[in-house]
Amino acid sequence: MKSQNTSLFQKDQVQEAFRESFVKLDPRKMIHNPVMFTVEIGSIVMLVVTLFTLTGDNSQGSFGYNFTVFLLLFVTLLFANFAEAIAEARGKAQANSLRSTREETPAKLENGETISSSQLKKGDIFICETGDIIPTDGEIIEGLATIDESAITGESAPVIREAGGDKSSVTGGTKVLSDKIKVEVTTQPGESFLDKMIALVEGASRQKTPNEIALTILLAGFTLVFIIVTVTLKPFADYANTPITISAFIALFVCLIPTTIGGLLSAIGIAGMDRALRANVITKSGKAVETAGDIDVLLLDKTGTITIGNRKATKFYPVQGIDEKHFIKLVVLSSMSDETPEGKSIIELAGINPMTYQLTNPHYIKFTAETRSSGIDFDDKRIRKGASDAIKELCKNAGNVFPNETDEKVKTISTKGGTPLVVSENEKVIGVIELQDIIKPGIQERFERLRKMGIKTVMVTGDNPLTAKYIAEKAGVDDFIAEARPEDKMEYIKKEQAEGRLVAMMGDGTNDAPALAQADVGVAMNSGTQAAKEAGNMVDLDNDPTKLIEIVEIGKQLLMTRGALTTFSIANDVAKYFAIIPALFITAIPVLQGLNIMHLDSPASAILSAVIFNAIIIPLLIPLALRGVAYKPIGASALLRRNLFIYGLGGIIVPFIGIKLIDLLVSTLI
Amino acid sequence: MNTEILGVIFMYALVVALAIPLGRYIGKVFSYQNTWLDKIFNPIDKLFFKLSGINPEKEMNWKQHLVALLTINLVWFLVSMFTLMNMSWLPLNPDGNPSMSADLAFNTSVSFVTNTNLQHYSGETSLSYLGQLILMLWQFISAGTGIAIGAVVFVAMKERTTEKLGNFYSFFVRSCTRILFPLAMIGATILVLNGSPMTFKGKATTTTLEGATQQISRGPVAAFVIIKQLGTNGGGFYGPNSTNPMENPNYLTNIVETASIFLIPIAMIFAFRFVIRRKKLAWTIFGVMTTGFLLLVIPSIFSEMNGNPAIAHMGIQQNMGSMEGKEVRFGPAASAYWAVNTTCTSNGSVNAMHDSMMPITGMAALLGMMVNSFYGGVGVGFLNFYIFIIIAVFISGLMVGRTPEFLGKKIEAKEVKIAMIIALLHPFFILVGTALASYLYVGNPAEYAGWLNNPGYHGFSEMLYEFSSASANNGSGFEGLGDNTMFWNVSTGLVMLLARYLPIIGPVAIAGILAAKKYIPEGAGTLKTDTGTFGLMIFAVMFIVVALSFFPALALGQLAEYFTLY
Repeated sequence: MKSQNTSLFQKDQVQEAFRESFVKLDPRKMIHNPVMFTVEIGSIVMLVVTLFTLTGDNSQGSFGYNFTVFLLLFVTLLFANFAEAIAEARGKAQANSLRSTREETPAKLENGETISSSQLKKGDIFICETGDIIPTDGEIIEGLATIDESAITGESAPVIREAGGDKSSVTGGTKVLSDKIKVEVTTQPGESFLDKMIALVEGASRQKTPNEIALTILLAGFTLVFIIVTVTLKPFADYANTPITISAFIALFVCLIPTTIGGLLSAIGIAGMDRALRANVITKSGKAVETAGDIDVLLLDKTGTITIGNRKATKFYPVQGIDEKHFIKLVVLSSMSDETPEGKSIIELAGINPMTYQLTNPHYIKFTAETRSSGIDFDDKRIRKGASDAIKELCKNAGNVFPNETDEKVKTISTKGGTPLVVSENEKVIGVIELQDIIKPGIQERFERLRKMGIKTVMVTGDNPLTAKYIAEKAGVDDFIAEARPEDKMEYIKKEQAEGRLVAMMGDGTNDAPALAQADVGVAMNSGTQAAKEAGNMVDLDNDPTKLIEIVEIGKQLLMTRGALTTFSIANDVAKYFAIIPALFITAIPVLQGLNIMHLDSPASAILSAVIFNAIIIPLLIPLALRGVAYKPIGASALLRRNLFIYGLGGIIVPFIGIKLIDLLVSTLI
Repeated sequence: MNTEILGVIFMYALVVALAIPLGRYIGKVFSYQNTWLDKIFNPIDKLFFKLSGINPEKEMNWKQHLVALLTINLVWFLVSMFTLMNMSWLPLNPDGNPSMSADLAFNTSVSFVTNTNLQHYSGETSLSYLGQLILMLWQFISAGTGIAIGAVVFVAMKERTTEKLGNFYSFFVRSCTRILFPLAMIGATILVLNGSPMTFKGKATTTTLEGATQQISRGPVAAFVIIKQLGTNGGGFYGPNSTNPMENPNYLTNIVETASIFLIPIAMIFAFRFVIRRKKLAWTIFGVMTTGFLLLVIPSIFSEMNGNPAIAHMGIQQNMGSMEGKEVRFGPAASAYWAVNTTCTSNGSVNAMHDSMMPITGMAALLGMMVNSFYGGVGVGFLNFYIFIIIAVFISGLMVGRTPEFLGKKIEAKEVKIAMIIALLHPFFILVGTALASYLYVGNPAEYAGWLNNPGYHGFSEMLYEFSSASANNGSGFEGLGDNTMFWNVSTGLVMLLARYLPIIGPVAIAGILAAKKYIPEGAGTLKTDTGTFGLMIFAVMFIVVALSFFPALALGQLAEYFTLY
């Protein structure tokens, strides 16, 4: 189900997140986020100080002032928790909307018994007939059926799923439109990919990704620097005969540590998985999304990804002396009973309804692997169409010459990446049909975009190298593997990895499974076999081979959002210093008024303004954390320049303006 | 243009002009390519290794390198302690100077071992010539150590996957014999020709114009002075260092000595370029360092040349600029230039009294030590810079949506952890040390009254400067600080030790770990690290780390002083 709702904050989610923000105050949970944990300690200290002022001792400032600082710190904590909770709530809602498609449905077992879908265990076998909702995920072991998967993919065209082969998987919640299938349950209840994903989002099994760990270390490092700065400030101030209140120390510390990124870090990670889910991709770990952003090489199947599923007839070439109209008529007749997409495309190109021809006693010849041709016999005519060497042999056996002209044509069509079909009438060549792969519209631009991202695209095809090369050039991929066997994919992946590159691929068949497992990012189609789905680290519910491109962008966005907000958060400190340091010392060292470049009203309002700014910047940036920083494929250096400008320079300037504005407001209140 | 400023520009241009060919030469030395000095030094090197039983061809991994480095340093540390504590009865003591106390000997030995040369004594009255010679040897050893370990990191940054990073003993011997020694010979010759003493005779006795008898200390001064300049050591033969006319007789020797401060640190960048063959990256690094240096040196020169507003208020003309604590033969521009040079490079020699500098210059000197990698100490300056590169690579990798890579190696959690710890150490030592001193002083002002000649903001800066100098392995002093006490000797001694070896261990570990990682060839999506944009990123990281760590301390010291004066 595609998410129709793009609003970031929905009422019920906000309510749930609000509740969760308090639950998450539990120090055992907070300790996983060292930056915010120190804020929690700070607010506890402020609470004690506030209570202390109730005794009437005003050496630490008034009750009202201390209480305000305490409240602001507490709100900072809640904001950070809220960011994480809202990201979780959104992810969960998205996953639940997928899960709701698979509510309790009856399942008919082999023995005719009907049980509830929740009772199905791995290895059980159930039967589905026309009109049934498939109770759970499984693999067809017998039969073939058309299935409406719109509940999952949003795609209304029915798909065919059959036992054996690569399209044997069915998904719970989808509907059988025709025929009857026997399905084996492949997952234990509660262990489907979707269940795993929900657990990831909820945080129960969410592990920090390597990159997240490295960033946490960096942030912890900055936090430590500021612990040192704040603690050593006490003897410094004593030397300068400047008493500093506890609230001022804590305010300084909380403002300096990177609370903005600290508060938003986990929300960014969850939002990444959530964005993947919105693209209908189930990820098995947060790491997979992150790795996707790092991909260097992308392996794409030609059919379905680069070209529209099947070849299409694009041109008729009658041999010299044959009337074109006559040729087209025979071609149409020969394709009358041809149900293949190629056959249909021939009739489409001719633009003639074959039913307008009245034939007596037609005899249709089906395509077989031996004859490698098909056709029709009627009256005294034998019309055949097929591969050029098959027709050549047919003609030669009948003692007829295969025209040079046709030989030439066959060659030219092949070098242009097309497939020639030679047509004969009574074992005499009458012309050639050119079939071409149709490259998907817009695919060149997507490859161009990938190239700008620095990703090498590789087309995998069963075609011969000549055809493959032609299509590769036309579509704009960087490399191709022609006449590919599954082992070739595997070898290619290993070779690229040995050179230190990260490889992503998409696959559906069981024989893709080893390569999917070997690739750094393996996306299995939901329609693929269970083996393929187990091997990959993502499952695409839409079965859309171009999805990889989206996944790469989601991964990049995830990293970039972290980087941008880290930069922003740390750059903020410059302005906060200029607000708080003069405020701390101005009473004892009036000349430091020179540092008060924002001309803040009073030390108290300066400190409060900085703390308020520090708190409200978190919710203000939640939308950015959830949506992600926009990725533009403009090259790494240009991107760095752009983000350094926006989030670095912006991070320095914004708080100057923000703190000044808040100060104007606060100074009228106190 | 003002001749003083021209002199400064000339000195800088001279250094860069010399550093480029010298860097190429150093690069050759560490790539084991033939140089014209091989004929002289190959047999000498062979003799060293034969006597010590070391096989200079055995390649070491990063851990073995560190063990070798620490071993060399420990052995010489013990020799130095023994000598300094027993000088009075050992030979070469014509002036009959006494042995050192244990804490002063510890501080002095540590200070020379660590390339700091924070001198809590005056050489002419506290050291015998044997003591001076031992310390002179140290100025070679500690500089050679720095250059050699810098070379190890260069080798580790090559585009390949390996654990073998050359032989430390070989790098070390080559640094001393093929780089430091020839340069010192040339420089010392110029100094001697300009009047620096070079003798083992005791004090000279002369009769002054007024007819009084004066005793003048002398000794092997020229040799001592040139290596203290070249090796970013800074430990002077005399207490007043290069302000003393024996150490620095005239403007010409001042040019030679100033140029010597910067020569090897800048040449190391070009040596790096030669070893790893990345021209643009080397120039990017040079660009970042130079930008930082200029941002410190230009305001300093102008604030010194403009004179002191407090004196101007008294209606006194200052045609020469602020001359308090400066030598007339050098003038304010050359003195400010030297001050920023010596603090940026962890050299620490002085040709003027830093304590008397204007607040801006004092702050520039402090910042130079706080950053400690605008060129930085020989070899180690590059190592400090390397830490900032790693952090910058990590953050910018995130900003472009790609796991960070530097020179084809992935930067992961472990490297970030080490880099962050090392980046933390410097603020930690400086701030905690200064905090401890402030705490003691505030707790018992009467007992520690001898510490500070100038209480108030300036006194605070004196303490901050002392720990910055110790932690940056710089060795210069704001002076005015009574620092030959148990507290200062032991605390700065410990800071010097830790701040020398940990920031060597960290970057070498990172470089070693990265060298062993799989090499990933640069792709179209790789973030280029040899561009102006990335240079800006490194600069931003340095600025942020330093500004955020030290802003409050600077506000209470130099900034408060500045706002009081202006």
